[in-house]
Amino acid sequence: MSGAKGLDLTLKIWRQKNAQSKGKLETYQLNSVSPDSSFLEMLDILNNELIEKGESPVEFDHDCREGICGACSLYINGEPHGPGKRITTCQLHMRSFNDGDTIYIEPWRARAFPIIKDLVVDRSAFDRIQHAGGYISVNTSGNTQDANAIPIEKEYADEAFDAATCIGCGACVAACKNASASLFVSAKISQYALLPQGQVEAKNRVLNMVKQAEKEGFGPCSNTGACEVECPKGISIENIARMNREFLKASIAE
Amino acid sequence: MSKSKGLIKSHIVKKYWMAFTGLFLCLFLLGHLAGNLQLFIPGYKGQLQFNEYAVFMTTNPAVKLLSYVTYISILFHAIDGIVISVNNKKARPQGYAFSRPGANSIWSSRNMGILGTIIFVYIVVHMQNFWYLYKFGEVPYQKAEDNLSPLLNDGTVVKGGEIINGEVVSNGEVIGIAMKDLYTVVLDGFQNPVLVAFYVIGMVAIAFHLVHGFQSGFQSLGLRNKKYSPMINKAGFAFAILVPALFAIIPIYMFIRL
Repeated sequence: MSGAKGLDLTLKIWRQKNAQSKGKLETYQLNSVSPDSSFLEMLDILNNELIEKGESPVEFDHDCREGICGACSLYINGEPHGPGKRITTCQLHMRSFNDGDTIYIEPWRARAFPIIKDLVVDRSAFDRIQHAGGYISVNTSGNTQDANAIPIEKEYADEAFDAATCIGCGACVAACKNASASLFVSAKISQYALLPQGQVEAKNRVLNMVKQAEKEGFGPCSNTGACEVECPKGISIENIARMNREFLKASIAE
Repeated sequence: MSKSKGLIKSHIVKKYWMAFTGLFLCLFLLGHLAGNLQLFIPGYKGQLQFNEYAVFMTTNPAVKLLSYVTYISILFHAIDGIVISVNNKKARPQGYAFSRPGANSIWSSRNMGILGTIIFVYIVVHMQNFWYLYKFGEVPYQKAEDNLSPLLNDGTVVKGGEIINGEVVSNGEVIGIAMKDLYTVVLDGFQNPVLVAFYVIGMVAIAFHLVHGFQSGFQSLGLRNKKYSPMINKAGFAFAILVPALFAIIPIYMFIRL
């Protein structure tokens, strides 16, 4: 859309050289930003300017830019992925802002997500939680059974699928006042707990994944519901209740 | 795998206990409220009934047992809450420069520790005001309607008796323990507007604590489904508003009735 007046923005961006250094908010002025550009494109424009000036560009995570990879992880104006619901940062557009706005851009804050550089955090804690039990053991020796051969009630299949839409972006952790990973962990547990294929390893799965999440340093769940509101996939905290139930069941049973 | 070790240490287990003790204390609130509402019964009848109730509450063995369970629940809820709060803070050593928590959660849910602390202070002061005074302090004694004769703890009027060291003495003989007049203690206590304000603030804190806590307890225990949870949430909200409101009306009523 040509002719629309660009936005003049004041950006307050967290700059930090590496995990060890202290880091601080730096202020940048960026003018004539198209309202049609995405938030990440806006940062690309800023980085081009910084590179032209010989300064180091702002590091930020991104990959697919279509809302499914979960890489873009920015805490924008006090909310994960900025204003707007059910979107990742790449799906946020500059038309959500006004001319003259000041925009705060910070990395996810959590003990379990250490900063690598600037706005990039290390989210490998999520991988380790997955490795602890976010799978089913299927023999793949050549005579693997088709998963669809097992009839599953539509309601459960849908709920399992909803849980499985988690992209592991970490917005739940970023939004939570306790940096709890409960929504992520519970979604990964639920996607199996709701299906017959997941039953065999159900007990150890919940015990090991919860244990790993706590070992990584994610906090307890206060049931504030902030995660559910900020989740780009709208994953319900009903999954957290299910995790609590599964954990109790697994703990009581031998 | 050592399951038991994880069980003791897990955040989730701490939340189970938080929920379990919290929901038990909700039941306690209902019982306590039922007792308090007797203060609305007017005149001598109300005074006598409330004082008889106070005797029952301090002498009945089943009530005694229940009171110990309640004290333990309160202490456990408080200590567990402190441990959880410490863990909450540990998970995010460095906070955000700019945050809008109100965009995704209610204030109560983020400030349960602060509310709990206010409530704890309230409980200590409240216990000192009435429980301690009733048990160990100097309080007036219940008199019969003729305004002279003392009463025994079981309600018997002793004509011509007098009270010496908390015991009813008649013709030089100790007959029994005299009934204390907690009703008048309460009535006198709430003539102090500062105390009334303190009690109302305490109840407001409980209301905010319950707005989040009631439904959160069910969530922590995994008691949630599509059919019942909307009802639990509504009932919890009603409970959180109604119960503290009824409690709070009592000191206000006592203050303005004279």
